[in-house]
Amino acid sequence: MTDVTTARRGRTTRAARPASAPRMSRAVWMRELGWRHLVGVVGVVYAGFPLVYVLSASLSDGGTLTGSNRLFADVSTANYEALGDTYFWTWMLNTLQVAIATSVGTVLMGAAAAYAFSRFRFRGRRAGLTSLLIIQMFPQMLAFVAIFLLLVGLGNVVPELGLNSKLGLICVYLGGALGVNTFLMYGFFNTVPKELDEAAKIDGATHSQIYWTIILRLVSPILAVVGLLSFISTFGEFIIARVLLQSESNWTLAVGLYGWVSSLLEANWGLFAAGAVLSAIPVLALFLFLQKYIVGGLTAGSVKG
Amino acid sequence: MSAPLSRGSTLVKGWSPGFLVKLVLMAIVDALGVFAILAAWGEESYGILAAMLALLVVANWAYFSKRALPLKYILPGLAFLLVFQVYVVAYTGYVAFTNYGDGHNSTKEHAVAALLAQNERRVEGSPASPLTVVAQGDALGFAIVSDDGDVLAGTAEQPLEEVDDAGVDGDRATDVPGYEVLDRASVLERQQEVTALRVPVSDDPNDGSLRTQDARTGYVFLPSLVYDEAADTLTDTVSGTVYTPDDNGLFEAEDGTTLPVGWRVVVGFENFLTAFGDDRYATPFLKILIWTFAFAVLSVGTTFLLGLFLAITFNDVRLRGRKIYRTLLILPYAIPGFLAALLWSGLLNKSFGFINQVLLGGAAIPWLTDPWLAKLAVLGVNLWLGFPYMFLICTGALQSLPGDVLEAAKIDGAGRWRTWRSITLPLLLVSTAPLLISSFAFNFNNFTLIYMLTNGGPRFTDASVPLGHTDILISMVYSISGIDGSAPKNYGLASALSIVIFLIVATISALAFRRTRSLEEIA
Repeated sequence: MTDVTTARRGRTTRAARPASAPRMSRAVWMRELGWRHLVGVVGVVYAGFPLVYVLSASLSDGGTLTGSNRLFADVSTANYEALGDTYFWTWMLNTLQVAIATSVGTVLMGAAAAYAFSRFRFRGRRAGLTSLLIIQMFPQMLAFVAIFLLLVGLGNVVPELGLNSKLGLICVYLGGALGVNTFLMYGFFNTVPKELDEAAKIDGATHSQIYWTIILRLVSPILAVVGLLSFISTFGEFIIARVLLQSESNWTLAVGLYGWVSSLLEANWGLFAAGAVLSAIPVLALFLFLQKYIVGGLTAGSVKG
Repeated sequence: MSAPLSRGSTLVKGWSPGFLVKLVLMAIVDALGVFAILAAWGEESYGILAAMLALLVVANWAYFSKRALPLKYILPGLAFLLVFQVYVVAYTGYVAFTNYGDGHNSTKEHAVAALLAQNERRVEGSPASPLTVVAQGDALGFAIVSDDGDVLAGTAEQPLEEVDDAGVDGDRATDVPGYEVLDRASVLERQQEVTALRVPVSDDPNDGSLRTQDARTGYVFLPSLVYDEAADTLTDTVSGTVYTPDDNGLFEAEDGTTLPVGWRVVVGFENFLTAFGDDRYATPFLKILIWTFAFAVLSVGTTFLLGLFLAITFNDVRLRGRKIYRTLLILPYAIPGFLAALLWSGLLNKSFGFINQVLLGGAAIPWLTDPWLAKLAVLGVNLWLGFPYMFLICTGALQSLPGDVLEAAKIDGAGRWRTWRSITLPLLLVSTAPLLISSFAFNFNNFTLIYMLTNGGPRFTDASVPLGHTDILISMVYSISGIDGSAPKNYGLASALSIVIFLIVATISALAFRRTRSLEEIA
């Protein structure tokens, strides 16, 4: 009995199904598996209680911080309805616009650059890859003062790219697209056999046909990962959005919800809770549906930003 | 603009759909580019003009030349990278060596104009001319009738200039083309704006401006300072003091008094000396630096340990409901970080928060307002936010451990603990080390968490700058920059601190990556 369990504990016998194991005594079960369930329950409570709380707060009638402390004491949609009188849905729309545009742009530009670095041999290729590695070490947000000043200057010339413009914000985010993602994609592009391109080339395909119709389809998993990570990090980006977007109707969710909590925490709490539940939904849904991809992307070297 | 057309005439291959798409896209890019160049010309922003021109030329060359194949794919990303990352970093480096900030906001020319405008007074016995308040869009302006009967009008931005075909009633302008004459009621409504308005008499700031106190009579105000362009000095017409420009971008009199508006100049390492040497900044800087390191290291350490522990716990195939546990455990990671930080700031609220009121039965523990508890709270919240990430990567790493090595250890008679210490842990560290370093770098600059949870507070009681016990370097940079208006602007010092942060993170990353490479060689 002990032999069997030790062998199982070494993670070498993954093929063995729990069902086929002989029944354990209660004490052994406790020592081997019971504590894991205990840890699991404690862990889930720890991870989950703030989320349960915010859900309950969003449904509470009073909408204050004090009134939210009795979980599910009353259930009303008052807070959700009250969101209609605020800028919330504008912010949601702004955030989705900015995040979707940024992630699509990031995927397109990152994939194109990764394709060039992976498939073509040209002067400055190694230098280009090395410079990318160095540049990506400087987080864009450290330069928020310079970004602000640059957009002040650009705004004098082209107001659409200046301060308080979503387009300007998207451009700034796209500036970080190449540095962070090219390497992730470059590695993946290299795993697609070159013979495929060569065969297509012999058949008379141009480089753009090879890129759009062959390569991009084969690397779609990494495109999903990069697009997703870019969407999530843009969705939650705060400092640059806060510095650049000035009028309330242009804010993103991060800037707007921060405004509610920082100005009148007690009074705005219900509003914030309802907003938080609604704004967590897009990211949460993406995350749970595409969990498998994200885990792969994480271990390939990107961090939540 | 002309490039696509000329390419069209030398076209060999025929107009494939791809080529047409390219043509249309490039036509749009070129049109927008030319528009931006013309706008830059109009605004006299020659830096932007040159950059736009260069980008446009390169883009047209890249997409219409046969020799630039790789560039076709790299250029879109590269253009954004160069402008919004490389240039911005370089500009940060430049600003770090200037005194850019409040009092040194612009060029010397603007500083002189501002000084002249600020020091204007009504000239004794200057003529009072009947004045009409007008508006051009949202901007208010004045219109007067000159001595030879012409109507002159202008706004704060637009110096007085002659307006043709204006209607005059006596000595007062009644109808000014291009402007809207405001009636009495709207003037009263915007009284404060009207009395604060100054319309420059001409492009030369030495000529002074037109102002009014009652919205009916205008007076010419002349600066009490006179700028002598040849000698580059400002002279006070009343006291006769002569101000000359000094090295710090200020006009300075012989007795050392300076005029309040300066311009930005390169000040060398002064910002860095301030950060490290000036007591107002150096003392909080040192505390914040230590806390930033402690925060980043402890965040990575605690999240990694909890994540690893959970990964080991759930890495047993016999455990029922593993998938459910995993999905529920990574929930905090799937919530956008800013929401989590804001949520916890409510949960930890001293008087009304859930933790104090419900979990601790009405205790009034100052989680976010006591210096040490606030640090603990920040770490605790970051543990909640960060452990699922570590749990994910540790699970991944544990599952990809090579089975044969573990088996070999078992055959060699290694016990459980021995196998864990000598094989599992080193292998685990090798595969997770790069991620731990990235996580360190991320937490080193985890602005969102600090700003939203504590806003850096509680404040240092002994410091004159608005910094606090949980501020990390990046939030210190944000406070010092004054970019949100809560403190005087100091872009120079803020940029210098950005550079310092970058140097710290880059050095640590470089050292750590080198070290992990040696780790890999051992394994």
